[in-house]
Amino acid sequence: MDSGFDFDVIQRSWVYLFREGMSFTLTLTALAMTGGIVFGTLLAMMRLSSIKPVSVLAGGYVNLMRSIPLVLVIFWFFFLVPYIGAWILREPNPVKVGAFWSALITFTMFEAAYYCEIMRAGIQSIPRGQVWSSYALGLNYWQTMAQIVLPQAFRNMLPVLLTQTIILFQDTSLVYVISATDFLGAASKIANRDYRLVEMYTFVAVVYFVISYGLSTLVRQLQERTATIK
Amino acid sequence: MNYNWHWKVLFETEPGGTGTYLNYLIVGLGWTLVTALAAWALALAIGATVGTLRTTPIRWAVRIGDLYVEIFRNIPLIVQMFLWFFVFPELLPKAMGDWIKQVPPPWGSYIPAVLCLGIFTSVRVAEQVKAGIQSLPRGQRMAGIAMGLTEAQTYRHVILPQSFRIILPPLTSEFMNVIKNSSVALTIGLLELTGRARAMQEFSFRVFEAFATATVIYLLTNLVVVLAMRALERKVRVPGLIAVGGASQAGH
Repeated sequence: MDSGFDFDVIQRSWVYLFREGMSFTLTLTALAMTGGIVFGTLLAMMRLSSIKPVSVLAGGYVNLMRSIPLVLVIFWFFFLVPYIGAWILREPNPVKVGAFWSALITFTMFEAAYYCEIMRAGIQSIPRGQVWSSYALGLNYWQTMAQIVLPQAFRNMLPVLLTQTIILFQDTSLVYVISATDFLGAASKIANRDYRLVEMYTFVAVVYFVISYGLSTLVRQLQERTATIK
Repeated sequence: MNYNWHWKVLFETEPGGTGTYLNYLIVGLGWTLVTALAAWALALAIGATVGTLRTTPIRWAVRIGDLYVEIFRNIPLIVQMFLWFFVFPELLPKAMGDWIKQVPPPWGSYIPAVLCLGIFTSVRVAEQVKAGIQSLPRGQRMAGIAMGLTEAQTYRHVILPQSFRIILPPLTSEFMNVIKNSSVALTIGLLELTGRARAMQEFSFRVFEAFATATVIYLLTNLVVVLAMRALERKVRVPGLIAVGGASQAGH
Protein backbone atom coordinates (compact mmCIF):
# COMPACT_ATOMS: atom_id res chain seq x y z
CA MET A 1 0.00 0.00 0.00
CA ASP A 2 1.84 3.11 -1.14
CA SER A 3 0.57 6.19 0.57
CA GLY A 4 -1.00 8.23 -2.18
CA PHE A 5 -3.65 9.09 0.38
CA ASP A 6 -4.33 12.66 1.37
CA PHE A 7 -6.38 12.95 4.52
CA ASP A 8 -5.94 16.74 4.54
CA VAL A 9 -9.00 16.87 2.31
CA ILE A 10 -11.10 16.18 5.43
CA GLN A 11 -9.48 19.03 7.31
CA ARG A 12 -10.18 21.35 4.38
CA SER A 13 -13.81 20.38 4.05
CA TRP A 14 -15.14 19.33 7.45
CA VAL A 15 -16.89 22.64 8.11
CA TYR A 16 -18.86 22.24 4.89
CA LEU A 17 -19.50 18.54 5.56
CA PHE A 18 -21.03 19.19 8.96
CA ARG A 19 -22.65 22.57 8.45
CA GLU A 20 -24.31 21.63 5.16
CA GLY A 21 -24.39 17.85 5.12
CA MET A 22 -24.77 16.67 8.69
CA SER A 23 -27.29 19.40 9.55
CA PHE A 24 -29.42 18.24 6.59
CA THR A 25 -29.16 14.62 7.78
CA LEU A 26 -29.97 15.41 11.42
CA THR A 27 -32.85 17.78 10.61
CA LEU A 28 -34.32 15.24 8.23
CA THR A 29 -33.96 12.45 10.81
CA ALA A 30 -35.55 14.48 13.63
CA LEU A 31 -38.50 15.73 11.59
CA ALA A 32 -39.15 12.40 9.86
CA MET A 33 -39.01 10.64 13.23
CA THR A 34 -41.58 13.03 14.73
CA GLY A 35 -43.85 12.89 11.70
CA GLY A 36 -43.38 9.15 11.32
CA ILE A 37 -44.25 8.36 14.94
CA VAL A 38 -47.37 10.60 14.87
CA PHE A 39 -48.60 9.21 11.55
CA GLY A 40 -47.50 5.68 12.51
CA THR A 41 -49.47 5.82 15.77
CA LEU A 42 -52.58 6.94 13.86
CA LEU A 43 -52.04 4.08 11.41
CA ALA A 44 -51.70 1.62 14.29
CA MET A 45 -54.99 2.86 15.79
CA MET A 46 -56.59 2.49 12.36
CA ARG A 47 -55.23 -1.05 11.92
CA LEU A 48 -56.67 -2.05 15.29
CA SER A 49 -60.00 -0.36 14.56
CA SER A 50 -63.15 -2.47 14.59
CA ILE A 51 -64.39 -0.57 11.52
CA LYS A 52 -63.40 -2.94 8.75
CA PRO A 53 -62.71 -0.49 5.85
CA VAL A 54 -60.48 1.61 8.13
CA SER A 55 -58.33 -1.33 9.25
CA VAL A 56 -58.11 -2.74 5.72
CA LEU A 57 -57.01 0.62 4.34
CA ALA A 58 -54.30 1.09 6.98
CA GLY A 59 -53.17 -2.54 6.65
CA GLY A 60 -52.90 -2.20 2.88
CA TYR A 61 -50.84 0.97 3.18
CA VAL A 62 -48.45 -0.55 5.71
CA ASN A 63 -47.97 -3.75 3.72
CA LEU A 64 -47.41 -1.84 0.49
CA MET A 65 -44.71 0.34 2.06
CA ARG A 66 -43.05 -2.66 3.67
CA SER A 67 -42.99 -4.63 0.42
CA ILE A 68 -41.11 -2.24 -1.82
CA PRO A 69 -37.52 -0.98 -1.52
CA LEU A 70 -36.89 2.40 0.10
CA VAL A 71 -34.95 3.54 -2.98
CA LEU A 72 -38.02 2.98 -5.14
CA VAL A 73 -40.19 4.85 -2.62
CA ILE A 74 -37.73 7.77 -2.74
CA PHE A 75 -38.03 7.88 -6.53
CA TRP A 76 -41.83 7.61 -6.36
CA PHE A 77 -42.23 10.58 -4.05
CA PHE A 78 -39.54 12.61 -5.78
CA PHE A 79 -41.66 12.58 -8.95
CA LEU A 80 -45.09 12.33 -7.32
CA VAL A 81 -44.89 15.17 -4.80
CA PRO A 82 -44.80 17.93 -7.47
CA TYR A 83 -48.03 16.55 -8.97
CA ILE A 84 -49.71 16.29 -5.55
CA GLY A 85 -48.57 19.85 -4.82
CA ALA A 86 -50.13 21.04 -8.06
CA TRP A 87 -53.34 19.22 -7.22
CA ILE A 88 -53.55 20.73 -3.72
CA LEU A 89 -52.65 24.26 -4.84
CA ARG A 90 -54.83 23.93 -7.97
CA GLU A 91 -51.90 24.83 -10.20
CA PRO A 92 -52.01 23.63 -13.80
CA ASN A 93 -48.39 22.41 -13.81
CA PRO A 94 -46.34 20.31 -11.35
CA VAL A 95 -44.97 22.45 -8.50
CA LYS A 96 -41.21 22.63 -7.86
CA VAL A 97 -40.37 20.95 -4.56
CA GLY A 98 -36.83 20.98 -3.17
CA ALA A 99 -34.90 17.81 -2.35
CA PHE A 100 -35.32 18.41 1.38
CA TRP A 101 -39.11 18.59 1.35
CA SER A 102 -39.34 15.67 -1.02
CA ALA A 103 -37.09 13.62 1.26
CA LEU A 104 -38.98 14.68 4.38
CA ILE A 105 -42.33 13.61 2.93
CA THR A 106 -40.84 10.33 1.70
CA PHE A 107 -39.28 9.35 5.00
CA THR A 108 -42.30 10.41 7.06
CA MET A 109 -44.63 8.31 4.90
CA PHE A 110 -42.24 5.36 4.64
CA GLU A 111 -41.10 5.16 8.26
CA ALA A 112 -44.69 5.59 9.48
CA ALA A 113 -45.35 2.05 8.21
CA TYR A 114 -42.53 0.70 10.39
CA TYR A 115 -43.40 2.84 13.43
CA CYS A 116 -47.00 1.67 12.96
CA GLU A 117 -46.05 -1.98 13.48
CA ILE A 118 -44.08 -1.07 16.61
CA MET A 119 -46.92 1.01 18.06
CA ARG A 120 -49.42 -1.73 17.19
CA ALA A 121 -47.40 -4.20 19.26
CA GLY A 122 -47.22 -1.55 22.01
CA ILE A 123 -50.98 -0.97 22.06
CA GLN A 124 -51.63 -4.70 22.08
CA SER A 125 -49.28 -5.11 25.04
CA ILE A 126 -51.74 -3.16 27.23
CA PRO A 127 -54.28 -5.49 28.90
CA ARG A 128 -57.77 -5.12 27.41
CA GLY A 129 -59.18 -4.77 30.92
CA GLN A 130 -57.69 -1.29 31.15
CA VAL A 131 -59.66 -0.20 28.09
CA TRP A 132 -62.89 -1.71 29.41
CA SER A 133 -62.48 -0.07 32.81
CA SER A 134 -61.85 3.33 31.29
CA TYR A 135 -64.99 2.94 29.13
CA ALA A 136 -66.82 1.91 32.30
CA LEU A 137 -65.58 5.11 33.94
CA GLY A 138 -67.18 7.09 31.11
CA LEU A 139 -64.12 7.97 29.01
CA ASN A 140 -64.60 7.92 25.24
CA TYR A 141 -62.31 6.27 22.67
CA TRP A 142 -60.01 9.28 22.19
CA GLN A 143 -59.70 9.96 25.91
CA THR A 144 -58.93 6.30 26.59
CA MET A 145 -56.27 6.26 23.90
CA ALA A 146 -54.66 9.58 24.82
CA GLN A 147 -54.70 9.18 28.60
CA ILE A 148 -54.54 5.45 29.30
CA VAL A 149 -53.29 3.32 26.39
CA LEU A 150 -50.86 5.39 24.34
CA PRO A 151 -48.69 6.73 27.19
CA GLN A 152 -48.05 3.16 28.39
CA ALA A 153 -47.67 1.74 24.89
CA PHE A 154 -45.20 4.48 24.02
CA ARG A 155 -43.19 3.84 27.14
CA ASN A 156 -43.08 0.06 26.63
CA MET A 157 -41.93 0.51 23.06
CA LEU A 158 -39.46 3.35 23.62
CA PRO A 159 -36.30 1.27 23.07
CA VAL A 160 -37.67 -0.23 19.84
CA LEU A 161 -38.85 3.17 18.60
CA LEU A 162 -35.37 4.59 19.22
CA THR A 163 -33.68 1.65 17.49
CA GLN A 164 -35.93 2.25 14.49
CA THR A 165 -34.85 5.91 14.60
CA ILE A 166 -31.18 4.86 14.40
CA ILE A 167 -32.10 2.84 11.29
CA LEU A 168 -33.89 5.93 9.94
CA PHE A 169 -30.77 8.00 10.60
CA GLN A 170 -28.71 5.54 8.54
CA ASP A 171 -31.35 5.28 5.83
CA THR A 172 -31.47 9.03 5.20
CA SER A 173 -28.12 8.53 3.42
CA LEU A 174 -30.15 7.04 0.54
CA VAL A 175 -31.27 10.54 -0.48
CA TYR A 176 -28.00 10.35 -2.41
CA VAL A 177 -30.09 8.88 -5.27
CA ILE A 178 -31.96 12.17 -5.72
CA SER A 179 -28.70 14.16 -5.42
CA ALA A 180 -29.59 15.79 -2.11
CA THR A 181 -26.75 17.28 -0.08
CA ASP A 182 -26.99 15.21 3.07
CA PHE A 183 -23.81 14.13 4.89
CA LEU A 184 -23.01 11.45 2.32
CA GLY A 185 -24.06 13.71 -0.58
CA ALA A 186 -21.80 16.53 0.64
CA ALA A 187 -18.89 14.12 1.10
CA SER A 188 -19.49 12.64 -2.32
CA LYS A 189 -19.40 16.11 -3.91
CA ILE A 190 -16.04 16.90 -2.32
CA ALA A 191 -14.75 13.38 -3.10
CA ASN A 192 -15.50 13.76 -6.80
CA ARG A 193 -14.29 17.36 -7.02
CA ASP A 194 -10.89 16.62 -5.42
CA TYR A 195 -10.77 13.00 -6.57
CA ARG A 196 -10.42 11.81 -2.98
CA LEU A 197 -13.02 9.02 -2.88
CA VAL A 198 -11.11 6.65 -0.59
CA GLU A 199 -10.42 9.25 2.10
CA MET A 200 -13.92 10.77 2.04
CA TYR A 201 -15.92 7.54 2.04
CA THR A 202 -13.75 6.09 4.81
CA PHE A 203 -14.34 9.26 6.85
CA VAL A 204 -18.10 9.07 6.20
CA ALA A 205 -18.17 5.44 7.35
CA VAL A 206 -16.30 6.31 10.54
CA VAL A 207 -18.61 9.22 11.37
CA TYR A 208 -21.77 7.17 10.79
CA PHE A 209 -20.32 4.34 12.85
CA VAL A 210 -19.45 6.57 15.80
CA ILE A 211 -22.88 8.21 15.89
CA SER A 212 -24.89 5.00 15.37
CA TYR A 213 -22.81 3.01 17.84
CA GLY A 214 -23.05 5.77 20.43
CA LEU A 215 -26.82 6.02 20.06
CA SER A 216 -27.35 2.25 20.18
CA THR A 217 -25.27 2.04 23.35
CA LEU A 218 -27.51 4.69 24.92
CA VAL A 219 -30.62 2.76 23.83
CA ARG A 220 -29.22 -0.41 25.40
CA GLN A 221 -28.65 1.38 28.69
CA LEU A 222 -32.17 2.80 28.56
CA GLN A 223 -33.52 -0.67 27.86
CA GLU A 224 -31.78 -2.08 30.92
CA ARG A 225 -33.10 0.77 33.07
CA THR A 226 -36.69 0.47 31.91
CA ALA A 227 -36.53 -3.32 32.08
CA THR A 228 -35.78 -3.27 35.82
CA ILE A 229 -38.73 -0.96 36.57
CA LYS A 230 -41.29 -3.42 35.16
CA MET B 1 -54.11 15.24 -11.18
CA ASN B 2 -53.35 15.85 -14.82
CA TYR B 3 -50.92 13.16 -15.79
CA ASN B 4 -51.47 11.43 -19.12
CA TRP B 5 -51.07 7.72 -18.66
CA HIS B 6 -49.52 5.85 -21.52
CA TRP B 7 -49.30 2.19 -20.57
CA LYS B 8 -48.48 1.08 -24.12
CA VAL B 9 -44.93 2.31 -23.43
CA LEU B 10 -44.29 -1.08 -21.81
CA PHE B 11 -44.49 -2.71 -25.23
CA GLU B 12 -42.30 -0.19 -27.01
CA THR B 13 -38.67 -1.08 -27.75
CA GLU B 14 -36.11 0.18 -25.23
CA PRO B 15 -33.15 2.16 -26.69
CA GLY B 16 -30.65 -0.65 -26.04
CA GLY B 17 -32.59 -2.70 -28.58
CA THR B 18 -32.85 -5.79 -26.38
CA GLY B 19 -36.65 -5.88 -26.58
CA THR B 20 -39.63 -4.16 -25.00
CA TYR B 21 -39.47 -2.06 -21.83
CA LEU B 22 -41.46 -4.75 -20.03
CA ASN B 23 -38.83 -7.31 -20.98
CA TYR B 24 -36.14 -4.84 -19.86
CA LEU B 25 -37.75 -4.62 -16.40
CA ILE B 26 -38.20 -8.38 -16.10
CA VAL B 27 -34.50 -8.91 -16.86
CA GLY B 28 -33.99 -6.39 -14.04
CA LEU B 29 -35.99 -8.66 -11.72
CA GLY B 30 -33.65 -11.47 -12.78
CA TRP B 31 -30.65 -9.41 -11.68
CA THR B 32 -32.39 -8.50 -8.42
CA LEU B 33 -32.98 -12.18 -7.70
CA VAL B 34 -29.51 -13.48 -8.62
CA THR B 35 -27.96 -10.71 -6.51
CA ALA B 36 -30.27 -11.40 -3.57
CA LEU B 37 -29.84 -15.18 -3.73
CA ALA B 38 -26.04 -15.07 -3.89
CA ALA B 39 -25.95 -12.53 -1.05
CA TRP B 40 -28.41 -14.65 0.93
CA ALA B 41 -26.20 -17.75 0.62
CA LEU B 42 -23.22 -15.73 1.85
CA ALA B 43 -25.29 -14.20 4.66
CA LEU B 44 -26.55 -17.57 5.88
CA ALA B 45 -23.06 -19.09 5.89
CA ILE B 46 -21.39 -16.20 7.75
CA GLY B 47 -24.42 -15.38 9.90
CA ALA B 48 -24.87 -18.94 11.15
CA THR B 49 -21.17 -19.19 12.02
CA VAL B 50 -20.90 -15.82 13.74
CA GLY B 51 -24.24 -16.21 15.52
CA THR B 52 -23.30 -19.65 16.85
CA LEU B 53 -19.81 -18.54 17.94
CA ARG B 54 -21.32 -15.70 19.95
CA THR B 55 -23.20 -18.21 22.13
CA THR B 56 -20.17 -20.39 22.91
CA PRO B 57 -18.10 -20.05 26.10
CA ILE B 58 -15.01 -19.16 23.98
CA ARG B 59 -14.34 -15.57 25.10
CA TRP B 60 -12.21 -14.36 22.19
CA ALA B 61 -14.63 -15.79 19.61
CA VAL B 62 -17.53 -13.98 21.29
CA ARG B 63 -15.57 -10.74 21.28
CA ILE B 64 -14.64 -10.99 17.60
CA GLY B 65 -18.25 -11.86 16.75
CA ASP B 66 -19.53 -8.84 18.67
CA LEU B 67 -17.04 -6.56 16.93
CA TYR B 68 -18.05 -7.88 13.50
CA VAL B 69 -21.74 -7.32 14.24
CA GLU B 70 -21.23 -3.79 15.59
CA ILE B 71 -19.11 -2.68 12.62
CA PHE B 72 -21.45 -3.84 9.88
CA ARG B 73 -24.62 -2.86 11.72
CA ASN B 74 -23.67 0.74 12.36
CA ILE B 75 -22.63 1.85 8.88
CA PRO B 76 -25.40 2.66 6.37
CA LEU B 77 -25.78 0.14 3.55
CA ILE B 78 -25.09 2.66 0.78
CA VAL B 79 -21.85 3.72 2.51
CA GLN B 80 -20.82 0.06 2.76
CA MET B 81 -21.60 -0.27 -0.97
CA PHE B 82 -19.20 2.62 -1.67
CA LEU B 83 -16.56 1.11 0.60
CA TRP B 84 -16.62 -2.18 -1.33
CA PHE B 85 -16.79 -0.52 -4.74
CA PHE B 86 -14.51 2.52 -4.43
CA VAL B 87 -12.35 2.01 -1.36
CA PHE B 88 -11.62 -1.73 -1.15
CA PRO B 89 -9.72 -2.02 -4.50
CA GLU B 90 -7.46 0.88 -3.46
CA LEU B 91 -6.42 -0.83 -0.22
CA LEU B 92 -5.17 -3.96 -2.01
CA PRO B 93 -1.75 -4.23 -3.66
CA LYS B 94 -1.78 -2.08 -6.79
CA ALA B 95 -1.77 -4.91 -9.36
CA MET B 96 -4.67 -6.67 -7.69
CA GLY B 97 -6.65 -3.44 -7.27
CA ASP B 98 -6.16 -2.56 -10.93
CA TRP B 99 -7.28 -6.05 -11.94
CA ILE B 100 -10.50 -5.65 -9.90
CA LYS B 101 -11.20 -2.27 -11.48
CA GLN B 102 -10.98 -3.84 -14.94
CA VAL B 103 -13.60 -6.54 -14.33
CA PRO B 104 -16.13 -5.90 -17.13
CA PRO B 105 -19.70 -4.81 -16.39
CA PRO B 106 -22.05 -6.00 -15.03
CA TRP B 107 -19.73 -8.24 -12.94
CA GLY B 108 -17.67 -5.24 -11.81
CA SER B 109 -20.78 -4.05 -9.90
CA TYR B 110 -22.32 -7.45 -9.24
CA ILE B 111 -19.45 -8.89 -7.19
CA PRO B 112 -19.05 -5.93 -4.79
CA ALA B 113 -22.85 -5.73 -4.48
CA VAL B 114 -23.10 -9.41 -3.47
CA LEU B 115 -20.21 -9.09 -0.99
CA CYS B 116 -21.69 -5.94 0.53
CA LEU B 117 -25.26 -7.24 0.80
CA GLY B 118 -24.09 -10.64 1.99
CA ILE B 119 -22.03 -9.22 4.83
CA PHE B 120 -24.62 -6.56 5.72
CA THR B 121 -27.31 -9.27 5.96
CA SER B 122 -25.05 -11.78 7.74
CA VAL B 123 -25.05 -9.49 10.78
CA ARG B 124 -28.82 -9.62 10.97
CA VAL B 125 -28.82 -13.40 10.44
CA ALA B 126 -26.21 -13.71 13.20
CA GLU B 127 -28.48 -11.81 15.59
CA GLN B 128 -31.40 -14.09 14.77
CA VAL B 129 -29.29 -17.24 15.15
CA LYS B 130 -28.00 -16.05 18.50
CA ALA B 131 -31.51 -15.21 19.70
CA GLY B 132 -32.76 -18.60 18.49
CA ILE B 133 -30.07 -20.50 20.38
CA GLN B 134 -30.60 -18.45 23.52
CA SER B 135 -34.35 -19.06 23.40
CA LEU B 136 -33.77 -22.78 24.06
CA PRO B 137 -33.90 -23.83 27.71
CA ARG B 138 -30.41 -23.94 29.27
CA GLY B 139 -31.14 -27.40 30.59
CA GLN B 140 -30.84 -28.85 27.10
CA ARG B 141 -27.20 -27.87 26.82
CA MET B 142 -26.49 -29.17 30.33
CA ALA B 143 -28.32 -32.42 29.62
CA GLY B 144 -26.28 -32.84 26.43
CA ILE B 145 -23.02 -32.45 28.36
CA ALA B 146 -24.30 -34.72 31.14
CA MET B 147 -25.04 -37.43 28.57
CA GLY B 148 -21.35 -37.37 27.67
CA LEU B 149 -21.56 -35.34 24.46
CA THR B 150 -18.78 -32.85 23.81
CA GLU B 151 -19.60 -29.15 23.47
CA ALA B 152 -19.42 -29.46 19.67
CA GLN B 153 -21.62 -32.55 19.61
CA THR B 154 -24.21 -30.83 21.78
CA TYR B 155 -24.38 -28.00 19.27
CA ARG B 156 -24.48 -30.36 16.31
CA HIS B 157 -27.14 -32.78 17.57
CA VAL B 158 -29.18 -30.87 20.16
CA ILE B 159 -29.03 -27.09 19.87
CA LEU B 160 -28.59 -26.14 16.21
CA PRO B 161 -31.23 -28.45 14.66
CA GLN B 162 -33.87 -26.93 16.92
CA SER B 163 -32.80 -23.31 16.77
CA PHE B 164 -32.65 -23.20 12.96
CA ARG B 165 -36.19 -24.44 12.75
CA ILE B 166 -37.35 -21.92 15.34
CA ILE B 167 -35.86 -18.91 13.58
CA LEU B 168 -37.24 -19.69 10.12
CA PRO B 169 -40.04 -17.04 10.25
CA PRO B 170 -37.69 -14.14 11.14
CA LEU B 171 -35.25 -15.41 8.50
CA THR B 172 -38.04 -15.18 5.92
CA SER B 173 -38.40 -11.49 6.57
CA GLU B 174 -34.61 -11.09 6.37
CA PHE B 175 -34.68 -12.77 2.96
CA MET B 176 -37.29 -10.29 1.78
CA ASN B 177 -35.05 -7.53 3.12
CA VAL B 178 -32.16 -8.73 0.93
CA ILE B 179 -34.41 -8.58 -2.12
CA LYS B 180 -35.43 -5.03 -1.26
CA ASN B 181 -31.95 -3.93 -0.18
CA SER B 182 -30.41 -5.13 -3.45
CA SER B 183 -31.91 -1.98 -4.99
CA VAL B 184 -29.16 0.03 -3.27
CA ALA B 185 -26.72 -1.62 -5.71
CA LEU B 186 -28.01 0.75 -8.39
CA THR B 187 -25.75 3.39 -6.81
CA ILE B 188 -22.70 1.40 -7.94
CA GLY B 189 -24.14 0.82 -11.39
CA LEU B 190 -25.90 -2.54 -11.13
CA LEU B 191 -28.99 -2.43 -13.37
CA GLU B 192 -31.38 -4.43 -11.19
CA LEU B 193 -35.14 -3.84 -11.10
CA THR B 194 -35.21 -0.39 -9.45
CA GLY B 195 -32.20 0.75 -11.48
CA ARG B 196 -33.93 -0.31 -14.69
CA ALA B 197 -37.18 1.40 -13.71
CA ARG B 198 -35.16 4.56 -13.17
CA ALA B 199 -33.38 4.11 -16.53
CA MET B 200 -36.69 3.49 -18.28
CA GLN B 201 -38.03 6.72 -16.76
CA GLU B 202 -35.02 8.59 -18.16
CA PHE B 203 -35.29 7.08 -21.65
CA SER B 204 -39.05 7.22 -22.11
CA PHE B 205 -40.08 10.07 -19.75
CA ARG B 206 -42.90 7.77 -18.57
CA VAL B 207 -42.25 8.25 -14.85
CA PHE B 208 -45.21 6.62 -13.18
CA GLU B 209 -45.68 3.77 -15.66
CA ALA B 210 -42.07 2.72 -14.99
CA PHE B 211 -42.30 2.93 -11.18
CA ALA B 212 -45.80 1.43 -11.01
CA THR B 213 -44.67 -1.58 -13.05
CA ALA B 214 -41.60 -2.06 -10.84
CA THR B 215 -43.81 -1.78 -7.74
CA VAL B 216 -46.19 -4.46 -9.03
CA ILE B 217 -43.25 -6.76 -9.84
CA TYR B 218 -41.88 -6.32 -6.30
CA LEU B 219 -45.30 -7.04 -4.79
CA LEU B 220 -45.69 -10.23 -6.84
CA THR B 221 -42.17 -11.35 -5.88
CA ASN B 222 -42.98 -10.78 -2.22
CA LEU B 223 -46.17 -12.77 -2.54
CA VAL B 224 -44.34 -15.74 -4.06
CA VAL B 225 -41.63 -15.65 -1.37
CA VAL B 226 -44.18 -15.41 1.46
CA LEU B 227 -46.24 -18.34 0.13
CA ALA B 228 -43.18 -20.53 -0.48
CA MET B 229 -41.70 -19.80 2.94
CA ARG B 230 -45.02 -20.36 4.68
CA ALA B 231 -45.19 -23.82 3.16
CA LEU B 232 -41.61 -24.51 4.30
CA GLU B 233 -42.35 -23.18 7.79
CA ARG B 234 -45.34 -25.50 8.12
CA LYS B 235 -43.16 -28.43 7.17
CA VAL B 236 -40.29 -27.86 9.60
CA ARG B 237 -42.20 -26.28 12.48
CA VAL B 238 -41.29 -27.51 15.97
CA PRO B 239 -44.59 -28.05 17.82
CA GLY B 240 -44.82 -25.88 20.91
CA LEU B 241 -41.95 -23.55 20.02
CA ILE B 242 -42.52 -20.24 18.32
CA ALA B 243 -40.09 -17.72 16.88
CA VAL B 244 -38.49 -15.09 19.00
CA GLY B 245 -38.65 -11.39 18.11
CA GLY B 246 -41.06 -10.86 15.28
CA ALA B 247 -43.29 -7.82 15.03
CA SER B 248 -41.98 -5.72 17.88
CA GLN B 249 -38.42 -5.63 16.55
CA ALA B 250 -37.11 -2.62 14.70
CA GLY B 251 -35.87 -3.19 11.21
CA HIS B 252 -36.52 -3.09 7.55
